[in-house]
Amino acid sequence: MADEKLRVAMFWGAACGGCDVALLDIHEHILDVIEVADIIFWPCAMDFKFKDVEAMPDEHLDLTFYNGAIRNSENEHIAKLLRQKSKLMAAFGSCSHMGGIPGLGNFHDRKSIFETAYLNTKSTHNPDKVFPRTEFEVPEGKLTLPEIYDTVKTLNQTVPVDYFIPGCPPNPEQIWIVIQAVASGKLPPKGSTVGASDKALCDECPRKKTELKFKQFKRRHLVHPDPEVCFMEQGIVCLGAATRAGCGWRCIQSNMPCRGCYGPLPNARDQGAKMLTAIASHIDSEDPEEVERILDTLPDPAGYFYRFGLPLSLLHRRQRRNA
Amino acid sequence: MGKMIQIQPVTRIEGHSRVVVELDDGGNVSDARFHVFALRGFEMFCQGRPVEEMPRIVNRICGICPWNHHLASVKATDAVFGVTPPPAAVKLRRLAQHMAYIPDKLLHFYFLAAPDFVLGPDCDPSTRNVIGIAKANPELARKVVRMRQSAAMMLEEWLGKVIHPVAAVTGGFSRPLLEKEREKFLEGYKEQLEFAKFTIAFAREEVFPKYTEAVESLGVIKTGFIGTVTEDGTHDIYDGKLRLMKPDGSYDDFSYEQYTDHIGEHIEAWTYPKMPFAKKWASGEFSLDLDEPKGIYRSNALARINVCDKIGTPEAQKELDLFREKYGRPTQLTLLYHWARLIELVNNCETVIQLLEDPEITSREIRSDVQVKAGRGVGCVEAPRGTLIHDYTADENGLISSVNLIVGTTHNQAPINMSVKKAAQDLIHGGEYDQGVLNRIEMAIRAYDP
Ligand code: SF4
Ligand code: SF4
Repeated sequence: MADEKLRVAMFWGAACGGCDVALLDIHEHILDVIEVADIIFWPCAMDFKFKDVEAMPDEHLDLTFYNGAIRNSENEHIAKLLRQKSKLMAAFGSCSHMGGIPGLGNFHDRKSIFETAYLNTKSTHNPDKVFPRTEFEVPEGKLTLPEIYDTVKTLNQTVPVDYFIPGCPPNPEQIWIVIQAVASGKLPPKGSTVGASDKALCDECPRKKTELKFKQFKRRHLVHPDPEVCFMEQGIVCLGAATRAGCGWRCIQSNMPCRGCYGPLPNARDQGAKMLTAIASHIDSEDPEEVERILDTLPDPAGYFYRFGLPLSLLHRRQRRNA
Repeated sequence: MGKMIQIQPVTRIEGHSRVVVELDDGGNVSDARFHVFALRGFEMFCQGRPVEEMPRIVNRICGICPWNHHLASVKATDAVFGVTPPPAAVKLRRLAQHMAYIPDKLLHFYFLAAPDFVLGPDCDPSTRNVIGIAKANPELARKVVRMRQSAAMMLEEWLGKVIHPVAAVTGGFSRPLLEKEREKFLEGYKEQLEFAKFTIAFAREEVFPKYTEAVESLGVIKTGFIGTVTEDGTHDIYDGKLRLMKPDGSYDDFSYEQYTDHIGEHIEAWTYPKMPFAKKWASGEFSLDLDEPKGIYRSNALARINVCDKIGTPEAQKELDLFREKYGRPTQLTLLYHWARLIELVNNCETVIQLLEDPEITSREIRSDVQVKAGRGVGCVEAPRGTLIHDYTADENGLISSVNLIVGTTHNQAPINMSVKKAAQDLIHGGEYDQGVLNRIEMAIRAYDP
């Protein structure tokens, strides 16, 4: 590495802040990071403003971690700005990588989201049917708000992304591995997923697997699962077969099944399709009609299979209503 | 036409926002606003999801306080299905709730708020951050990082996933606390308590006295307060009844389900979050007017400290006594949020120790049986940033048909706007200001830790 320190930025789109805390959760390594890198822009921790970023020459930043999905025009604008100012751009966390939980918004559109939030919720008091507007006149001029889009997009659907760091949020140990790779200039080729494994979570999961099959789905809160045995074999939906390993099977450790936040396996863009095949292989029947019938008893399959990845999936969003 | 000053983005807070200060022709403040940009649509896209999945979805409302959303949500799912978790499970949830507060408080005080006080509001903005603190006082910085790490690691060791937790499950808890964990944590939290006592003494004696004038004026407004207390009025962050206090100190207590009788949500066209207000005050009107606000109340630590009659642990009670002696009850001084947070930090450490010393805490009886049924349930807890209200209705398959959420900082949207305007009016005259002035306006916001 050259003598000059690395210049890095961390910014959030439609996010929850968890990715920022995960970055802080590398704990004392933060003090090591400061030795090798100057953090130039990180709104939740530092006082640099948009005008400071706008004033930078192009490619001034060595690396930007962008967390959060693209839900509104501000998310998009800053993603483009940071892309222009950065040599490398990494999608940090599930929202940025594949849409994340906010991506569930793609089952709906802006109109229905607005009507629910601003008209139809129990404590809302809105006799004049006021909605937030992108432009608002005041005596001194015009106030603006970003436009909320109909469809949530991933970062890579908005600007070209060089690296993907999966997880909701990424495991801090993995974050530290990625940072060390950046600092030593040992990053894999552009386009790679980093901070995760190429195997499936099931391959790393320590639970006992005995090829057991089931005839009926069980909802997690209705049973007392055996903490030693594979969830799927107990009839409980777990996305381990369709999900990249790398999180350290953190949910499994708490005796809770995986919901897929580390995203699809390499070469399997559609996590849901992969999961459907995996589930079918666990169903105790050879009769396609019976398999179908059993599959139908799973409540809200789309909400399980695309919990974190609807915008990235082949589905991308529910078809628009003809308005 | 006057002029507009923009602060964009507001920094060292969670979330996307901008401050716009409007100046008249004489360069004095005619209005000022805090615009928040995020709307993700949870109340819409949670519809159709199985109720029991909610605690694993809605924690993404906030990644800084995911535990609190997780727990409010699991309480709401219990209420939908009409199930009561076993006493040990309630204790484990309460333990997780208090454990999760500790790293959050350390983070906010030392990493986000302290740069303004320790380095000063006017210092070079490029050093006014946690790294600046690390350079100015490396020993303290190292200690803070270590204490925060140890607090976060204990939670992780016990429950695996700590950001966006999964451990609370309808009817109870997914994993017991093992005896060896109990013993180890007890040691760890005794150290946390010592550090909490050091922190509040440091703030009380060395930090706040330097800023007496700012404490007494910056962003000070007159509002009511909301928080949770037990039946006998003791401060509680996990369970109890809601208390909504008027600016004069009188209050109404009510159960979770009654929240819609007391709280409405107003909409302004220039910001995305709604603005909750007290419906029973001022004939149900809403106004942000600084001299005559209507319906405005605040949440978060200062609110909880104002509404409670007492605190259930001895060291924190001592701190509350000192605080009340100095500032009375309720106090309206906005910067005292920072102080109130540290009183709670002491209480969190003490409560964790009490719970770990309770023999029932390692019980294996941590799940009640659950039946799926249609119903409505309201679950509340206190997040560091304020009262969380999760209200779910489900159909006979246990799938969500409607959701209403009022979350911590949402309660504070209206008061933050007032504090911004108040600070701007006091600090900007004749069109003159510099970055230190603008940073002071942001300090009024940071007090709320939005
Ligand atoms: S990926 Fe998860 S932790 Fe990160 S911003 Fe999105 S919801 Fe939050
Ligand atoms: S177990 Fe699954 S859902 Fe949980 S953290 Fe790992 S990848 Fe994400």
